[in-house]
Amino acid sequence: MKEYFFNISEKVINTLSNDEHLTISINGENSEFIRINNAKVRQIGTVADASMGMELIKNNRKVQISFTIQRDMEKDYKIIIDYLDTMRKNIVSLPEDPLCVLPENHGSLDEEYTGHLLNPKESVDALLPVMSGVDLIGIWASGDVFVGNTNSAGQKNWFSTETFSLDYSLINPLKKMVKETYAGTHWDQNDYESFINSSKEKLSMLNEKSRKIKPGSYRTYIASAGVSDLIDMFSWGGVSENSIRKGRSSFIKMRDEGKSLSPCFSLKEDFSSGTVPRFNSNGEISDIELPLIIDGALKNTLISTRTANEYNLSTNFASQGEYLRSPVMKEGLVEEQDILKELNTGVYLSNLHYLNWSDQLGGRVTGMTRYACFWVEDGEIISPIDDMRFDDTIYNFFGDKLESVTSKSRLNPSVGTYGGRNLGGVHCPGIILKSFELTL
Amino acid sequence: MNLVEIISKIDLDAEWFGLREYKENTTYHVIRDKNPLSNETSIDHGIMVEVLKNGQFGYCATSDLSLSGIQRAATTAQESALRASKYSVFSFESNVRPKSKGEYLTPLELPFDSLSAGEINDILMKANDWLLNDSRIMSVSAMAMLVETTINYACSNGSDIHQKINIVGSDYSATAKNGQIIQTRTDGRSGNQMGLERFNQDLVREKCNKVSSQVIELIEAEQCPTGEMSLVLAPDQMMLQIHESIGHPLEIDRILGDERNYAGWSFVQLEDFGKLQYGSDLMNVTFDPTISNEMASYGFDDGGFKASKEHLIKDGVLLRGLGALESQERSEVPAVANFRSCSWNRAPIDRMANLNLEAGDSSFEDIISSVEYGVYMETNRSWSIDDYRNKFQFGSEYGKLIENGKITKTLRDPNYRAITVPFWNSLSKVGDESTFEVHGTPNCGKGEPNQVIRVGHASPICLFDNIQVFGGA
Repeated sequence: MKEYFFNISEKVINTLSNDEHLTISINGENSEFIRINNAKVRQIGTVADASMGMELIKNNRKVQISFTIQRDMEKDYKIIIDYLDTMRKNIVSLPEDPLCVLPENHGSLDEEYTGHLLNPKESVDALLPVMSGVDLIGIWASGDVFVGNTNSAGQKNWFSTETFSLDYSLINPLKKMVKETYAGTHWDQNDYESFINSSKEKLSMLNEKSRKIKPGSYRTYIASAGVSDLIDMFSWGGVSENSIRKGRSSFIKMRDEGKSLSPCFSLKEDFSSGTVPRFNSNGEISDIELPLIIDGALKNTLISTRTANEYNLSTNFASQGEYLRSPVMKEGLVEEQDILKELNTGVYLSNLHYLNWSDQLGGRVTGMTRYACFWVEDGEIISPIDDMRFDDTIYNFFGDKLESVTSKSRLNPSVGTYGGRNLGGVHCPGIILKSFELTL
Repeated sequence: MNLVEIISKIDLDAEWFGLREYKENTTYHVIRDKNPLSNETSIDHGIMVEVLKNGQFGYCATSDLSLSGIQRAATTAQESALRASKYSVFSFESNVRPKSKGEYLTPLELPFDSLSAGEINDILMKANDWLLNDSRIMSVSAMAMLVETTINYACSNGSDIHQKINIVGSDYSATAKNGQIIQTRTDGRSGNQMGLERFNQDLVREKCNKVSSQVIELIEAEQCPTGEMSLVLAPDQMMLQIHESIGHPLEIDRILGDERNYAGWSFVQLEDFGKLQYGSDLMNVTFDPTISNEMASYGFDDGGFKASKEHLIKDGVLLRGLGALESQERSEVPAVANFRSCSWNRAPIDRMANLNLEAGDSSFEDIISSVEYGVYMETNRSWSIDDYRNKFQFGSEYGKLIENGKITKTLRDPNYRAITVPFWNSLSKVGDESTFEVHGTPNCGKGEPNQVIRVGHASPICLFDNIQVFGGA
């Protein structure tokens, strides 16, 4: 697709007049999806999807269009030229945008990661047999994903990768669940089967009857998957400079009221893993690393070039939505084998579910515990617990109440598929809290 | 494209196959703080081929609209179905894709080409001016969303369906600051099937004036009190309440476990239908894709099943779920026409469409005057519920304190939490037709691979007794 994209883009850019500025982008995938319920196939299919986008700027006016392509150069070129003509007609009636970002050539990136994936003709027989004997539900996604953009200033960026993921849950007769994701770029049948069998062993830990615990404050361990959900909240009215400026961010207390998080908490954007493109939809290329919170203090926010224009700041080439693209939280000192001992007595939460700001400006988040969560006494797991609602603030669980951080970080891959298969994930360790508010 | 003709040319050895062509044009115009933020159109166009082979459906989604491209997709879908058929969750027959013919069109007053992009921008720019009517307002935004969806569906059994749906959404929002207190008030970001009559300037101005005056009320307001008290919910909060605590738990595919790895399971069991006292006897809930201006109205679902109004809950008793024909075969619970997909590149699953709480007989004044101490809440701003749809916590933008039968003051940061069945059984008054409003949201997420879909929820104002209410951080 790379050659197709750059060839068709060049033809389109050659049609521009001197006062027209154009950015062209492409996003697409060729994916196999298998939806599994009770270790059997519920739905199976393939999706070949690709769309191109164009942003035209002329006389400080801006208009955007995106459209599905047929991957036929002749047909698609005709469609693109028709859309470009429509944009030219519409743009003259739009108001001027003093904040619009003209395309520039910041240098180009070209990253292609080739994997070794299961042939779709073999996937069902490779995946299903080892699942027998358990109630397993999940989604298999496999194939290539590509992203590119180019602009009339000469910049060209390309990123493509071949990946697979099986995101799944195992469920026992007591309706207790273990959540796992087996993901990668190179398929290894033996490794996969070992991984599934290991999950089956974890499920056996949930055979004890659940304990109901009362609402209140509890010493709590939150495993990496749960911490990843909490960090994800920073992308939604958190670390965005624009959200802070416009009064819609949980970080305003850090900016305006001198609040800080725990010295144990540090977070950065770190693109060194290569799991996501380093360029944004404007084609701007971020630094490999951007420290955001260091030892609890807010050092940087995510600033798009548009926000920089609006508030006279320096851009760090954040995405237009100023969300985290490759977050990495710093590890601490607690070894994995010491987690239960350090927790001593309290709750052990492996996963969280359905988080939302209950008071965004106050930094308060509500959500549920989910999957393998336990009551722990004197450093030993006693029993699973019934799901509980939590409602607590980032200034507590990443602040005053954060006691320690584990020494092992893991990548929680982003397996979402809204609009297309997501890339990357959140790299973070687990956390031990002096207290955590469980409310219902 | 003539799908019937293409069907006749496809070469397959299958029990059934079908084509669903989906083309959707979505345009967002946004003016924020008097600067144009977005004038963006997306055009999503492709075909999903579904094939039933050996009792298993397989699909292939392609944007290659040539006959040879569609034939390749059909062959691929058949091969997928065949490979998976030895591991099928359920062996289906072609009766889950009934033969249907017909069409559906959204009724419009003003068609989408009645205003140019420039004219819509002019209205939104004026809306920014109307919203910015106090120096304490720090940011404003006005948004227009125009969606035009064309769905053509044809099958090997002779089905031939054409549907064209027009949806218009809007939002007007303002954020204001008073010392350390910052509050945002919106118009609810709702949408309906309708034309550009939504952008009548008098109507827009009225909405903006309400938003800007109420955001100033909010920055001067007290924090919502904490305690167990009466709770009155406006229709734009009921929308979320219905969606999360009735809609999702009644989805039959969810009860059958398809969603357990993602959105979750349900506290509702198959044996609950016909028996469970879901709420008080004032509770009447319908699946109704026939209301002309509601967001998820249509003539046929994406499996070709003709849509009709059905009671899901009558006098508080659970009667029927949100499951289409595939789920009916698997569960033996009577179906509704809710087999829906978000686009050509996703397979249909059980979804909400229009899910409504029917009006009762209490006026707004009756409801407020019956409350000794409680809070009235408008416009959802926070939502979270567990994976069985039991324990929820929701918050609203705008609250009013009710004391001794009268509204006394504005409250900021109102929230409440409860458990689904006890909550609905505490429903003690249901508003009449004069309080009934039709709302909709484009953002219901579900399914693996994920799909975000539009749903409609209509409701009157409702009163609930003895609910845990609380304020901000």
